[in-house]
Amino acid sequence: MEWITKNLPYLMAGISVGGQYALIAIGYTMVYGILRLINFAHGDIFMVAGLIMVYAVTAMPMPLAMLLVVVATVALGFLVERAAYKPLRSAPRMSVMISAIGVSYLLQNLALYITGGLSQQYPAIPWLSDTVTILGATTKRVTLVTPVLTIILVIVLGLLVKYTKVGMAMRAASRDFETSQLMGIKINSVISMTFIIGSFLAAVGSMLYFTNYTGVTPTAGAMPGLKAFVAAVFGGIGSIPGAVIGAFIIGICENIIKGVGWTTFSDAFTFALLIVILIAKPTGLFGEKAVDKV
Amino acid sequence: MSKENVLKVENVTMQFGGVIAVDNLNLEVNKGEIISLIGPNGAGKTTAFNVITGVYAPTNGAVYYKGKKIIENHPQGKMKKLYRGENPVMYTGHKALAPTPDKITALGIARTFQNIRLFKSQTVFENILIAKHLRRTSNVFTATFRLNAKEEARMREEAEELLKIVDLTDVRDELATSLPYGKQRHLEIARALATQPELLLLDEPAAGMNPQETLELTEFIGRIRDEFGLTIFMIEHHMDLVMEISDRIYVLDFGKSIAEGNSEEIRSNPRVIEAYLGGAQDE
Amino acid sequence: MKKQTKTILNVGLIAALLLLLFILEQIIPSSSMLFMVLKKGAIYALVAVSMNLLNGFTGLFSLGQAGFMLLGAYTYAILTIPVESRDSVYQYFDGGIIQFSIPVPLALIAGGIVAAVFAFLIGLPVLRLKSDYLAIATLGFAEIIRAVFQWDKLGPLTNGSNLLRNFPTFQSVLYPFIVAGICIGLIVLLINSTYGRAFKAIRDDEIAAEAMGINLAHHKQLAFVISSFFAGISGGLLAMYQTTIQASMFKSAMTYEILLIVVIGGIGSVTGSCIGSFLFIACSEWWLRFLDNSNLYIGDFHLSFMRPGFRKVVFSLMIMAIVLFYRKGLMGDREFSVEGVRRFFQKRFKKKQAVEGGSSHE
Repeated sequence: MEWITKNLPYLMAGISVGGQYALIAIGYTMVYGILRLINFAHGDIFMVAGLIMVYAVTAMPMPLAMLLVVVATVALGFLVERAAYKPLRSAPRMSVMISAIGVSYLLQNLALYITGGLSQQYPAIPWLSDTVTILGATTKRVTLVTPVLTIILVIVLGLLVKYTKVGMAMRAASRDFETSQLMGIKINSVISMTFIIGSFLAAVGSMLYFTNYTGVTPTAGAMPGLKAFVAAVFGGIGSIPGAVIGAFIIGICENIIKGVGWTTFSDAFTFALLIVILIAKPTGLFGEKAVDKV
Repeated sequence: MSKENVLKVENVTMQFGGVIAVDNLNLEVNKGEIISLIGPNGAGKTTAFNVITGVYAPTNGAVYYKGKKIIENHPQGKMKKLYRGENPVMYTGHKALAPTPDKITALGIARTFQNIRLFKSQTVFENILIAKHLRRTSNVFTATFRLNAKEEARMREEAEELLKIVDLTDVRDELATSLPYGKQRHLEIARALATQPELLLLDEPAAGMNPQETLELTEFIGRIRDEFGLTIFMIEHHMDLVMEISDRIYVLDFGKSIAEGNSEEIRSNPRVIEAYLGGAQDE
Repeated sequence: MKKQTKTILNVGLIAALLLLLFILEQIIPSSSMLFMVLKKGAIYALVAVSMNLLNGFTGLFSLGQAGFMLLGAYTYAILTIPVESRDSVYQYFDGGIIQFSIPVPLALIAGGIVAAVFAFLIGLPVLRLKSDYLAIATLGFAEIIRAVFQWDKLGPLTNGSNLLRNFPTFQSVLYPFIVAGICIGLIVLLINSTYGRAFKAIRDDEIAAEAMGINLAHHKQLAFVISSFFAGISGGLLAMYQTTIQASMFKSAMTYEILLIVVIGGIGSVTGSCIGSFLFIACSEWWLRFLDNSNLYIGDFHLSFMRPGFRKVVFSLMIMAIVLFYRKGLMGDREFSVEGVRRFFQKRFKKKQAVEGGSSHE
C-alpha cells in the first residue's frame, strides 16, 4: 500500500503527460503521413495556444477564452501551412523542413517579443485544476481527465478518418500523394484539414498540459513538441494509434525515470529511445516500409 | 566451352514479399562475349541486374565472378516460410554473402541504369572523374593536402581520354543533365568505363534512341568491347541491336529463363514468340 | 585566369583582409560592436561551413552541430583552466579531477578530436538513416550530450551544470579570423579533392555513387567525422569568445541558427556560408538594434511597438522571406571569387555597351 502511495503519483503523471503528448503527436504524425514533413513549428503552435489563453482570460470569461484558444490556434495552424509550406509544395523536402524551422524560430521570437521574455502565469481552469485524492495520492483533476479525453478524441478522429469523405481523402493522400491528386482529390484542402485537426488537438492538449505547470515561456513548446514527435516515430510515423501508444509509453517512462531520481536524464531518455527505435525498427511499431526503386 | 567464365548466375531467385521477380535463374557469360538478356516488360531483367550488382541480396542462389563466389544467400528468417522458389535447400548451411554495390564495382563489374542516373549538379567531365575515385591510392589526408598531385593528374588525363572516346570533349564543362538523351547514355557508359571494369552491364542502352542512334550505339559497343577487352552483358529491347551484336541471348519471362541461344535459335524459338505475342491466352 | 595567378590573388586578398583588420583594431576602440560581430561572425562562419560540408556537399541532413560544439568547448575549457584557479572554478567538486593544463592550440585541436571521436561513434548507427530521420536522430544525440554534461555525477570533470570560466581567451579579432580561416581553408581543399567529388556524388545520387564504387558508409562517416572535428574547434573558439561556458547554452536553437546561416548563404557554397554568417550576426546583434529602442518618435507619434525583442521578430521575418522566396540563398551553390565578380561586371558592362551601341545605330 505504501509503495502504491509513493509511486502512484508518478504513474498517474506519466499517463496524464502521455495523453498530452499524444494530442500533440497526432498533429506530427498526420502531417508527416501526407507531406513527409517534420513540422518543427508544431510544438511552437502548442506554446502559442498556451499564450493565447494567458492573454484571453484577462479580457473575457473562462469558457469564452477556451473557445478562443481553440479557434485562434486552428487559424494559426491553417495560416502557417498556407504561408510557409504551401509555396514550397514542389520544392525539395529539405526546403520545407527548413521553412518549418524558420516558422518555429519566428513564433518563438514573436512570443519573446510579446511576453518580454518573462514566464507568463497560466490561469487556473476551474474544475480541471481542482485537487482530488485517490488511493491516498493527491493530484489535480486534469491528471485523471487527460487520458479519458485523449482516448475519446482519438476514437472520434479514428471514425472521422475511416468513414468521412475527407478522411478517405487523407488516407489516399498519405498512401500516394501524386496519384491521389490525379484521382481528383483536392490536395490543398486535404492538407489544410490535416493542419486544422492537428492544431485543434494541440490547442486542447495545451489546456491540459499547462494546467499542470505554473507558466508559459517562449520555448515551452520545444521540448513537448520534440517528445511528441519521438512518440510519433516510435509508434510508426503516419499511424494515429501508433502515435497515441508511443506517447503514453514515453510519458510513463519519463515520469518513472523522474521517480527514481534521474531527472537530468528524463529528456535524454526520450532521445535515446528514439535512436534505438530508428536503428532497430525504423518504421516504428505500426509503420509501413517504403522501398526505393532502382 | 573452352572460354574463360566471367559471370555465372546460379539458381538465383529474388522474391519481394509474395512476388517472385526472378525465379531460379541460371546463366553464364564468358570472357569477350556480348550477351543480351531480353524479355517482355516486367520479366525481371533489371531485378537480375540489381542482384548481380549487389543492390538487392537475392532470396536464394549464388553469383560467381571469374570462378569466385561473390554473392550467396538462401531463404532465412521470415522468408523460410514465405519462400516459393525452387532449390531452397541447396545453399543452407552456407553463410550469406552480400557485398554492397561498391564492392562489386571494385571487383570489376560496372553498370549503367535504365533510367539514367548521372550526377546532376556535376559537369560532363566531373561525372567521369568521380568514377575515377574508386581506383585511388590516396587517403583523405594526402588528398586534402595535395600530396596526390601525380595521381590526380593521371585521373584527369584518363577522364579526358574517355571523353574523347565517347566524343563528348566539346561539351566537357556543361552540366551532365543538359545533354541530349542519347549523349547522356553515352556519358553513362563512359562513366562506367572509368571504374576500369572487365564486365560491363548495360541496362537498356538504346532506350529512347532513334534507328540512326541505335546503329551508332551498336558500332560503339562493339568498339569498346575490343578496345577495353570487355565482356558485355546487356538488357535491351531494340531487336535489331540485339540480333546484330549478341553472341548469345537469354530470354526471361515472368522471372523464368525460357530460352537461350544465338540470334537464329532465339528468332525461331516458339516459346519466345509466345512470350512476346502473349500466347498465354490460348490456355 | 591561370591557376597560379588565382592562387596569388587569393593569398593577396587574405593578407589585405588581415591587414585591414589589424589597422581597424588600431583606430577603432575595441569595445565597438564591429569587433564583436567580426569575432562571433568568424566563429559561426567556421561552424556553418562545417555544417555545409555535411548538408550541402554530402547531402546528409544533420542537426547535431550544437552538440559537437559543446564537446569542443568543454574539452577546450577543461584542458586549459589554469591549475591555480581550478579550486575556485570547481568549488563544488574539490577542484575537479584534472589537475594540469595544456597550451591553447593543443586544447583547441583536442576539442576537435573529442568531437570527431564522438561523431565516429554516433555515426556508426545513425548514418544509415535517411534524410529527416537522420536529422532528428542527430538532434537527439546533441540533446543527450547536453544532458550528460549537466549531470552532477560527472561534476569533477564537467563542473555539472555550473559555469566553466577562467580559461584563456583572446583579445584580438585576428585570432578567430586566423584559426577559422585555416580551418575553412582545409575544408575547401577537401571539397576540391577527389574525396570532395565523391561527397558531391553521394549528394546527387546515392545509388549511382555506390555503383561507381564509392563506399557510402565509409564516405558518409568520413564527412560526418571531419565536419564534427571542425565544429569542435569552433566550439573551442566560441568558449574563448564567450569567456564562460555552460552546457545549457548549446541548445538545439543554436543548431537552427547555424542551419539558417547555411540556408541564407546558400546550401553548397562555402563563401556563401561565410558571408551569411557575418550578415546573420550583424543583423541579429547589431544593425537591427535600433528596433529594440522603445523611445523612438516620428514627430509626436510614439513608435510603441518598438521595444526589446522587436528586432528578433523583424529578423525572423527576414529569414522567412529568404527561405520562401530566395530558396537558393545569397550564393546558391556557386562560390564568390574575384573572377566571378569580374565576369559579372564584364557582362553588365557589355550589355550596356551593346544597348548603347544598338541605339546609336538607330
